[in-house]
Amino acid sequence: MSSQPQRPPLQAARFSPAGWLASFVRWFSRSRKTYRSEWWIMIAGLLVIALIVAMTLFPHLFTHYNPLDQNAGGQMTAPSAQHIMGTDNLSRDVWARVVYGAQTILGVAIAAALLSAIIGIPLGLLSGFAGGVFDRVLSLIMDSMYSFPGLILAIAFAAMLGPGVINITLAVAVVYIPTYFRLVRGQTLSIKEEVYVEAAHAIGARRGTILGRYIFPNVIATVVVILSLNIADAIMTEAALSYIGLGLPAGIPDWGMDLSMGKKFLPSGVWWMITFPGLMIMLLALGFTMLGEGLAEILNPRLLER
Amino acid sequence: MRHLLNYMITRILLAIPMVFIMVTLIFVVLRVMPGDPVSAMLGGHAPQRVIDARKLALGLDKPITVQYVEYLGQLVRLDLGNSMVFNEKVSTPIIEKLPATIELTVFGLLVSLGLGIPLGAYAARRRRTGRDFGIRLYANVVYCIPVFWMGLLLQLVFGVFLSWFPVSGRTSPRVDVSTFSHTGFYIIDTLRIGSLAAFGDVMWHLVLPAVTLGIVLSGIFVRLTRANMLDVLKSDYILAARARGIPERRVVYNHGLRNALIPIVTMLGLQFALLLAGAILTESTFSWPGMGRLLLERIYLRDYPVIQGVIIVYTLFVSAVSLVVDLLYAVIDPRVKY
Repeated sequence: MSSQPQRPPLQAARFSPAGWLASFVRWFSRSRKTYRSEWWIMIAGLLVIALIVAMTLFPHLFTHYNPLDQNAGGQMTAPSAQHIMGTDNLSRDVWARVVYGAQTILGVAIAAALLSAIIGIPLGLLSGFAGGVFDRVLSLIMDSMYSFPGLILAIAFAAMLGPGVINITLAVAVVYIPTYFRLVRGQTLSIKEEVYVEAAHAIGARRGTILGRYIFPNVIATVVVILSLNIADAIMTEAALSYIGLGLPAGIPDWGMDLSMGKKFLPSGVWWMITFPGLMIMLLALGFTMLGEGLAEILNPRLLER
Repeated sequence: MRHLLNYMITRILLAIPMVFIMVTLIFVVLRVMPGDPVSAMLGGHAPQRVIDARKLALGLDKPITVQYVEYLGQLVRLDLGNSMVFNEKVSTPIIEKLPATIELTVFGLLVSLGLGIPLGAYAARRRRTGRDFGIRLYANVVYCIPVFWMGLLLQLVFGVFLSWFPVSGRTSPRVDVSTFSHTGFYIIDTLRIGSLAAFGDVMWHLVLPAVTLGIVLSGIFVRLTRANMLDVLKSDYILAARARGIPERRVVYNHGLRNALIPIVTMLGLQFALLLAGAILTESTFSWPGMGRLLLERIYLRDYPVIQGVIIVYTLFVSAVSLVVDLLYAVIDPRVKY
């Protein structure tokens, strides 16, 4: 019985969500000790995001008013126990509009950031890897777009496309393609020179393989950080577009649109119509910024200058 | 000196393709993408005959490539074309509104630099203390405040509740603009005719918009200054200065800050683009009669030549500023080579 050889320790399985979770928890607690303040910044950001995501998923838990109901209460009544953020000029509940408006802005911002990442990352990879005239021309175009005020570009696109959720997403996405392109291209250029890429060349790996299996995985870590910061930026751009009336058709609750509505009644001192939607935009953007900065500090301290 | 001259020439030549690319991009966005300017302007029910006549008059019936080449030809002659809605050249409203935007952005920039640089330097000096943390928090929070919301809040508090500052326009109605408006820069004009009352009124109107823009952008400058200061404070000459017993305050602000400011100059070009974007929103919030409001007004009127013209002027503005900034940097820092 005892002559049986001892079994070797368990090897990590190739597919094991539990193992991933464990290593994530380990990484998490390790980084929590090393980067104390960054860790807290990240957690604070995550909490804010979680709260607002909860609003988008379960709006009924937060309010029982309908954001479009024009008989929710009196016209422009100040915050009270019944309407904690008051009512607007069309007698709609401001808090309900804040809760339901989260869906619009969060959806547009995340979709736009992902879309520009999906376009920008492959372009950056190819451009950095291929080099030559292709790289030069593409870089020049992207640099021009990058140095140009993004909001003006978004305004031009939104004005041409007309109002609509899809259109505003496209308009916001266009602005951030150069961000990903420049980041990924720069990373690709430096990783291209690494020894392991040279080794891959030496063993005869195809160019597609090198790009996909050797360079891409090393680029993607920084992209995650930028994605979070980028969503924060996209939130502000979406809010700006709908504030100036280029965003969404009426009927969709949206913070930027509510702000421009509130602006009309500001001279009569209706403070609640502008305070709360703006506060939410700031909180949401701040949440993603804090998450991104915390992640950046922990994953790659040299990415952002402190 | 030869190097500097070479650098300047290269840099100026490099600005040309940048402008060209943006002009092309804007042309593509406004003309090639779906949506026909003429039918959009005349409404959906205009008869085809009217639409065609209008297109012929505006030269929109020609192939898109011909239009593009003609437009480039116009631009080279500094001609932006004619408005589709009003009987005026595109350049007329632009020349009228541009000074307002420049006044706003310049003062916004001054406020943000005035807030951002001292705060950033102070935070770097008190690194890893409560005050440093507080200043960094300020920078992050302020960066996440939408410009227009900041403007609305300031309007509410200082305009509506306290009535300290006006909330819209560049002058009060009682100030007759026509008596002094010459260059369009009201600050210069009022000083030129020596009317202190009018000058005061113009400055009074400038306070809230400039502060709005300045506060929101100051966050970036806090971060830039702090990061650069931290790098500079690690360098040997700071150590040497400290070793010579120079008081810490002087080491930080005289020896450190001066050198930390150089990289900030390079970043100014990019920040300027943000400033202009912020200015559009500020103008819209404060009814400031500048380029941003012109752009939005003409978007509602679907006056495409003016929209295109305004965006091109913005492009030129941004490229000019980044050109000047780069040249300035080359002059300040002799190590720059291209």
